[in-house]
Amino acid sequence: MNDTILHVQDIYKSFDGNGVLRGVSMEIREGEVVVIVGPSGCGKSTLLRCINGLEVIDSGSIYLRDEKISGRTKDLHLVRQKIGMVFQSYDLFPHMKVMDNLLLGPTKALNKSKTEVEKEALEMLERVGLKEKAYALPRTLSGGQKQRVALVRAMLMRPEILLLDEITAALDPEMVSEVLNVVIDLARGGMTMAIVTHEMRFAEAVADRVVFLEDGMIMEEGKPEEFFSAPKTQRAQHFLQSFTYASKRDKKSDKNNFED
Amino acid sequence: MDGAFILAHVPDYLSGAWVTLRFGLYGVACSLLLGLLCCLLRYFRVPVLRQIAGGYIELARNTPLLVQLFFLYAGLPRVGIKFSAEACAVIGLTFLGGAYMAEAFRSGIESVDKTQVEAGACIGLTMGQNIRYVIFPQALATAIPALFANVIFLIKETSVFSVLAMMDLMNVADTLRTSGGRTVEVLFMLMVTYLLILLPVSVLATLVERRLRYTGFGN
Repeated sequence: MNDTILHVQDIYKSFDGNGVLRGVSMEIREGEVVVIVGPSGCGKSTLLRCINGLEVIDSGSIYLRDEKISGRTKDLHLVRQKIGMVFQSYDLFPHMKVMDNLLLGPTKALNKSKTEVEKEALEMLERVGLKEKAYALPRTLSGGQKQRVALVRAMLMRPEILLLDEITAALDPEMVSEVLNVVIDLARGGMTMAIVTHEMRFAEAVADRVVFLEDGMIMEEGKPEEFFSAPKTQRAQHFLQSFTYASKRDKKSDKNNFED
Repeated sequence: MDGAFILAHVPDYLSGAWVTLRFGLYGVACSLLLGLLCCLLRYFRVPVLRQIAGGYIELARNTPLLVQLFFLYAGLPRVGIKFSAEACAVIGLTFLGGAYMAEAFRSGIESVDKTQVEAGACIGLTMGQNIRYVIFPQALATAIPALFANVIFLIKETSVFSVLAMMDLMNVADTLRTSGGRTVEVLFMLMVTYLLILLPVSVLATLVERRLRYTGFGN
């Protein structure tokens, strides 16, 4: 049985001659959560954007189940209906109430009945703790609330896979966990996801597999417990070190210590 | 001022106002459609048609309506294309207004964040649905002040319809003035009638703009 949902095969993408993705291949199986980490500009976001056709790849191919989805110019919306995506900047539609944001895709793109979707939407809003905001305008919501709505909006399309592109990067620190807890809840429910994030503790908590991307290439991939505690490549070690800092009470740190 | 003269000629002005308003509104409606079409052709970078739209906009904005009307009414018949005065009026106003409306719509569409378009695409909307439900409502909110300004501008421009021998407000006043003198009364009534037509449009524009500001988008 083939349970591969997404198959990315040797894709290349460059912007103005700069190779942003240089031969990336990966597979994501059903129910798997793959977290993609790497330094800024390594091509993480571009990779996600290529998967649902927001960027057109230069070469290589992308398959969703057994269907080739790269290189198509017609009916791209049918592909995107199966691939959910949430961005850093929430991108709720500001002129619509929360509920209308949620209903738009299922009722217009999937032609579902409004009453049916509305019921489902209310249930999901309740699950993420936002039932009372169902008929509010997005501008009255906090960043964390907006992002939870954006997650519900993507999930209501019942996608085969969900792509999350640094969804907490624009949030105030105290709102990060309320959003990430929703993601962890989705992961527990068996949602297949590809997640780009800079939150390493979250990555460790949610990932089935970590992919380390640098200079447009996959440098290392493995289970989170292995990757975070004992990265194999020097570049990954170096990258992970950038998330730790020296303590001012660490006496023997170096000559920059002026305390004595 | 001669009040009796003014009262006696109210019906003349009303019929002139009706011509002005009717053909002005036809022109405005057609301008909105033409403007939207041109704006979309350029937004989607439709090959060839996009360049034609761009050239048309420059042509229409940089030539006077008076000249455009003369061209339609006096020029084209020489090559065998003949329109009635009323058709010339509507075509001329649409030709001018379409360009201005296209630019107003463009300012609106360009103000919509690219990420909004992507968000619409990501929930599986077709481009048409994305425009209708996501892009256009937001673009319209931004474009409304410019669109209203264009409506007022176009209705005022109808005053050159008199060269087509149409009995619009301007021609009514002109006829009265040359036949009976009373220049002050005639022109006073002319101003007042234009004001009565356009003031409600201005007030409506203010109300709509204020309402949009209160609804306040902002992501």
